[in-house]
Amino acid sequence: MSANFGVIVFPGSNCDHDAYHALAHVMNANAQFIWHKDTDLSDIDFLLVPGGFSYGDYLRSGAIARFSPIMQSVTEFAQKGGPVLGVCNGFQILLEAGLLPGAMLHNEQLRFICKQSYLRCETSDTLFTRTIEPGEVLQLPVAHGEGNYVTDSDQLKKLQDNNQIVFRYCNREGETTREANINGSIDHIAGICNQKRNVLGMMPHPERAVESILGSDDGKRIFESALHELAAV
Amino acid sequence: MYKATVNVTLRKSILDPQGKAAHHALTNLGLSDIESVRIGKLIELNIDADSKDAAFDIAETACTKLLANEVMEDFEITVHEN
Repeated sequence: MSANFGVIVFPGSNCDHDAYHALAHVMNANAQFIWHKDTDLSDIDFLLVPGGFSYGDYLRSGAIARFSPIMQSVTEFAQKGGPVLGVCNGFQILLEAGLLPGAMLHNEQLRFICKQSYLRCETSDTLFTRTIEPGEVLQLPVAHGEGNYVTDSDQLKKLQDNNQIVFRYCNREGETTREANINGSIDHIAGICNQKRNVLGMMPHPERAVESILGSDDGKRIFESALHELAAV
Repeated sequence: MYKATVNVTLRKSILDPQGKAAHHALTNLGLSDIESVRIGKLIELNIDADSKDAAFDIAETACTKLLANEVMEDFEITVHEN
């Protein structure tokens, strides 16, 4: 039986259809939308919290969405080990919900950034990156105003020691230069996972990079890894 | 009725990019005596509570649960009788 992917839809989500397209039409996976007022995730094997501007980003990005009815179910799903991928605003929502540590500040240069970025995969030890070698460079687009990841030094050390930093911003050659850190994130962080390694949050958009005609299909690598892992279960 | 005024500011240890940009602009305006700028949020809550202390407690719960993200923000509450 093939895995069921659920894409959560909040008021203001705008990457939900991109995510559905990537999963259903490109990866040929079973995908469905889940409205934020639903609470039943019993037939879902993988959850994607998409990007956008949930609740208009009022107060703080992701702060209001975190209280949507679905989020209680997402938390339980994650606690039971279910895989959850939060992209961009989805990452911000997972931070606000406490499923991942840290917070997001405005980009260092105070501009909304919309461009291609390079990410270095730092670990294969997650369901999302099992088939990606550490050190491999992926090209994925970013589109955010608040992606400047911050956390205190104790928490940062924990992330480093537990190998929870999954992606770092880098240049095309995979070097984490100052210029490559597009938004000023601490330690070049572009994506982190939780300690149990089943929840991944990342600012760049894998779902917008699944067809080479649109610039890159490196985003498929993450979905391929997830499909590979879920098929093996 | 009580009015609680909540000031939410970025923690001192956290660089404030908005404040930094505003400071830069103020310096360009010739206001070079301003040494630093920090930008935060002001939130007003009208609270129906039995006492000032009760109103404070409600405002504090609102801050810790939603209005401030304590990973990066501090908050300060002042309560006045309306």
